[in-house]
Amino acid sequence: MEIVTTLCSRLRLTSWVCQRDRVSVIVLIGASTLSGCAEGVLDPKGPIAAGERQILFNSLGIMLAIVIPTILATLGVAFWFRHSNTRARYLPGFTYSGRLEMLVWSIPAMTVLLVGGVAWIGSHDLDPGKPIADTIKPVTIQVVSLDWKWLFIYPDQGIASVNQLTIPAGTPVSFELTSSGVMNSFFVPQLGGQIYTMAGMTTRLHLLADHPGTYRGLSAQFSGDGFADMRFNVDAVPAANFEQWLTATRNTGQVLDTQAYAELAKPSIAVAPFSYRNVAPNLFKSILSTRLQPDDQSRLSQAVEQRTQK
Amino acid sequence: MNVLGKLSWDAIPFDQPIVMGASAVMGLAVLVVLSWVTLKGHWPYLWREWITSVDHKRIGVMYFLLALVMLLRGFSDAIMMRGQQAVAAGGAQGYLPPEHFDQIFSAHGTIMIFFVAMPLVIGLMNFVLPLQLGVRDVAFPTLNSVSFWLTASGVLLINISLVVGEFAKTGWVAYPPLSELQFSPGVGVDYYLWALQISGIGTLLTGINFVTTILKMRAPGMGYMRMPVFCWTSLAANLLIVAAFPVLTATFAMLLLDRYLGFHFFTVGGQGNPMMYVNLFWVWGHPEVYILILPVFGVFSEVIATFSGKPLFGYRSMVAATMAICVLSFLVWLHHFFTMGASADVNGFFGVMTMIIAVPTGVKIFNWLFTMWGGRIRFTVPVLWTIGFMVTFVIGGMTGVLMAVPPADFQLHNSLFLVAHFHNVIIGGTVFGAMAGYNYWFPKAFGFKLDERWGKASFWCWLVGFYIAFMPLYALGLMGMTRRMQHYDDLNWQPWLLVAAAGAVVILAGIVCQIIQLIVSIRNREQLRDASGDPWNGRTLEWSTASPPPAWNFAILPHVDGADAYWALKEGKPANQDQPARPRKYEPIEMPNNSATGFVTAFFAVVTGFALIWHIWWMVGLGLFGAFVTVLLFAFRNDEETEVQAEQIARFDRTHQLELVV
Repeated sequence: MEIVTTLCSRLRLTSWVCQRDRVSVIVLIGASTLSGCAEGVLDPKGPIAAGERQILFNSLGIMLAIVIPTILATLGVAFWFRHSNTRARYLPGFTYSGRLEMLVWSIPAMTVLLVGGVAWIGSHDLDPGKPIADTIKPVTIQVVSLDWKWLFIYPDQGIASVNQLTIPAGTPVSFELTSSGVMNSFFVPQLGGQIYTMAGMTTRLHLLADHPGTYRGLSAQFSGDGFADMRFNVDAVPAANFEQWLTATRNTGQVLDTQAYAELAKPSIAVAPFSYRNVAPNLFKSILSTRLQPDDQSRLSQAVEQRTQK
Repeated sequence: MNVLGKLSWDAIPFDQPIVMGASAVMGLAVLVVLSWVTLKGHWPYLWREWITSVDHKRIGVMYFLLALVMLLRGFSDAIMMRGQQAVAAGGAQGYLPPEHFDQIFSAHGTIMIFFVAMPLVIGLMNFVLPLQLGVRDVAFPTLNSVSFWLTASGVLLINISLVVGEFAKTGWVAYPPLSELQFSPGVGVDYYLWALQISGIGTLLTGINFVTTILKMRAPGMGYMRMPVFCWTSLAANLLIVAAFPVLTATFAMLLLDRYLGFHFFTVGGQGNPMMYVNLFWVWGHPEVYILILPVFGVFSEVIATFSGKPLFGYRSMVAATMAICVLSFLVWLHHFFTMGASADVNGFFGVMTMIIAVPTGVKIFNWLFTMWGGRIRFTVPVLWTIGFMVTFVIGGMTGVLMAVPPADFQLHNSLFLVAHFHNVIIGGTVFGAMAGYNYWFPKAFGFKLDERWGKASFWCWLVGFYIAFMPLYALGLMGMTRRMQHYDDLNWQPWLLVAAAGAVVILAGIVCQIIQLIVSIRNREQLRDASGDPWNGRTLEWSTASPPPAWNFAILPHVDGADAYWALKEGKPANQDQPARPRKYEPIEMPNNSATGFVTAFFAVVTGFALIWHIWWMVGLGLFGAFVTVLLFAFRNDEETEVQAEQIARFDRTHQLELVV
C-alpha cells in the first residue's frame, strides 16, 4: 500500500483514487486469506515474497478499479441497447465525440501511469541482484542446476548438498546461480521470485526466510524428461541449528571434486537428497567456464535408467 | 551410408499404444475421406475448383478449414494434458510418461499458434480483404495459393511426426541449449524447425501479398481513411508479419546450422549464447501475438458496428490505436524473460513499455462500448462472441499487465498463471474473434446462414468452459504451480486441476456444437438461404455483391465516397424501389488462371522437409530441384489470364440483381 500512496503523492493525484484502491486491496487480501493453505506467493514467508505480493495486490487493485466498471458497463450497455428495448434511444449519429475520445485515451493512460510507477519502483526495490539490507552478514550459496537435480554449494562453509537447501532463518542468503547445461529456473515461491540458471552465466538472487520452516523449491523452466522431479525442500532453521547441521554435514558423505561432479552431472531423475562433506575450491568457477560440461554422448546413453527412487 | 538416412522401422513407435491408436484413428479418417472423394468421383471438381484455385475466397475457406481440423488435433493434445495433470498427483505418474507428455505440450503449443490461430486469421483476411476493399482479388493470386499450400506442408510434416519419429520435447519455444543436438539428439526438434520454416515462408508471402493488396489495390475513391477498420487492422497485422517473420526464419536458421553443421550460435560450449535465441525468438514472438489479435479486433469492430446499426465509434481513434499497437509491439519483447537477470532499469523499462500497449487496447474496448451506446443491438451469434470477448479479454489484458510488473512476474513467470493469461487472450481474443467472423461471413461465403441455436449453444459452452478450465489455473499459479509438469506431489493442487479438466470437457462440448451447427446448417440450407447477399444489413462493400460472390467479386468496381461505403449507398437509395436501375455497362474482366504451382511446390517442400529431418540427402536435392523447376515453369508460363466475357457477367448480374448501381 505504501507504494501506491507514495506514488499518488508523487504524481499529485487526488486521494480518492488511492482510497478506492485501498478498498479493493482489502477485498483481495480477504480473498487470499481464504486460500491460506496455498504454498505460493499468497502466503509469503520472507520480505522479498511479501514485497512481491504487495506489488501484485497494488497493481491488481489499481486495475480492478477500472476493469470491473468496464465489464459492468459492457454488459449493461449491451443489455440496455438491445434491439427489443423500446425505451432505449437509437442514436445512429453518435459516432464521434472529442471529449469522449479524450476520456477513453486518458483513463487507460492514467491507470498505466500508476501501474507503471509501481512497476518501475518495484523493479528497483525488488531487483533480485540487490543485496538485502540487514545487519547480519549474508550466507553465500552457489546453485547449479543439473539434469535433473539441484546442487547447492556453500563456498564459505566448504560443503555442498543435492536437492536439499538448508538456510539459517533470519539471515539473508545471497545466491549465485548457474547451470550445467540446459536452462532451469530456481524458484522458492514463499521466499521470493525466481531467477534463471544458464550455463556459462551467473545470475544473482537474494532471499531471506523470516521464520524457521520448510518451504517448497522447484524449477520453473522446463528442462527435459526429469523436469517434474526437480524439486527440493528449503529448510529454514534457527541459527544454532544451522551450525549443528554444518557440523553434521562436514562429518558425512563424499568430497565433491571434479570427478565426483562429473559423476553427479550424469542425468538422473528424482534423486534423494544427500550432501558432500567437502567441496573442491573454485568448483563453481570451473562449472561456469563450462570446462566440466559432460560430453555429447553421456546424456544419450545414460538416460532414464538412473532413476533413484526417493 | 544408408539410402534412407536416419530413417528405419525403429522410427515408428509400435510399442506406444496411445500414439499408435491416435495415428490409426487419424490415418483411418484420412483414408475414409480420400476413398469417399474417390468413390464419388469428386477429384476433378476438387482439383479444378479448390486445389488449383487462386481465388482468394476459396483459399480463405481452405485456410479456415485447415485451422478447424488442426483445432481438433491441438485440442485432443489439450484434453490429454488436462487428463494427465488431473490424475498424476502425489506419487502417481499418470498415464503419460514424461517423454510422451513433453511431446504433447510442445505439439499443442506449436499447433495451436502456427496451425490454428494463424490460419484462422489469415483465412478470414483472405476471404474478406479484397471484398471489403472492393477489388477482384489479392495482388498476387498465385502466390496466395503458394502461401496456403506451404502452410499445409507444415501441417502435414507435424502430423507425420506423430507416426514417423517423434515431435520436439522442448516446449513450443524450443529454447536452446535444450533444443540443441547435445540435449535433443532425436528428430523431434528437426520436425518442429522444418515444419515452421516451411510454413513461415508461406506466412511471410501472405504478409507481402496482403500489404501490397491493401496499399495498392483499393476500390476507386477508397482513401486510407475510408477503409473499413478490418482492413486497417489487417494492414497492421501484415506489416508485423513482414517485419517479424524474417527474424523467426533467421533464428531458426541459426539453430538449424547448430544442429546440422556444428555451428555454435546457441550452444553451451564454443562461445554460444542461448540468451541470444531467447531475445530473437521474442522479437518475433511478441509481434506475433498482435498478428493474431489485431485482425480479430477488426472483426469485432465490423460485427459491433453492423449489429448495433451504427458506424464504428471513434473511427480515427481506432485507426490510431491500431497503428500504435503495431509499432509498440516491437518494443516489449524482454517481458518474456524478466527472470533472466537483466538489470532493474532494463526490466523497469520493458515493464512500462508493455503497459503502454494497454492504452490503445483499452481505447478500443471503450470505443466498442460507445459504438453499442445508442445502437439497436441484435443479439446474433457474432454479437454474443463479441460481448464474450470484451468481458473475457479485459480480464486477460489485466492479468497481462500484472505480469508486466517485473516483481510480480518473478512469481508468475512460467507458472500456470501465465498459462491461464495467454489462453485468456488467445481463446478470449483470437478464437472468439475467429468464431464471430465465421458466423458473420459464412453466409457471404456460402449463401446461407449458420444455424443460430447451435451457434448459441456452442458459444455458451466455449465461454463457460473457458472460465471453468482456466480460472483454476490462475489460482494454481498463485499457489506456485509451474507449467509443463508431468506429475506433482502437492495434493492441494489436484482439486483445481480436476475442475480445469472438467472445463476442458465443456469446451469440447462447444466444439461438438460447432460441428453439429455446420451439419445442421448444411442440411437446412434451403431454409437458411440468403438471396439478398446482405443478410445482416451490413455496412461494408462485401455485402453489396452476391452470396457467394462470383469469381470476379464485383461486376463493376464500386466507387467509394466515404466510410461505410455500402451503408451510404443504401441510405441514398431512391425511394422508388421498382424503378429499374440505369443500365450498367459491363466490360470483360481478366481473371487469373488456375495454377497447380502452389500445390506442386508444397509437395516438393514436404519432400524436402521430410528428407532434411531424416538426413536423406539425395531426396533433399530432388525436392529442392522439383520446387525450383515448378517455380521456373510458372515464371515462363504463356497465358496467365482468362477473359470473362461481358455477356457472362451481365447474365450473372441479371440473375442476382444485387449490386447497387455505383
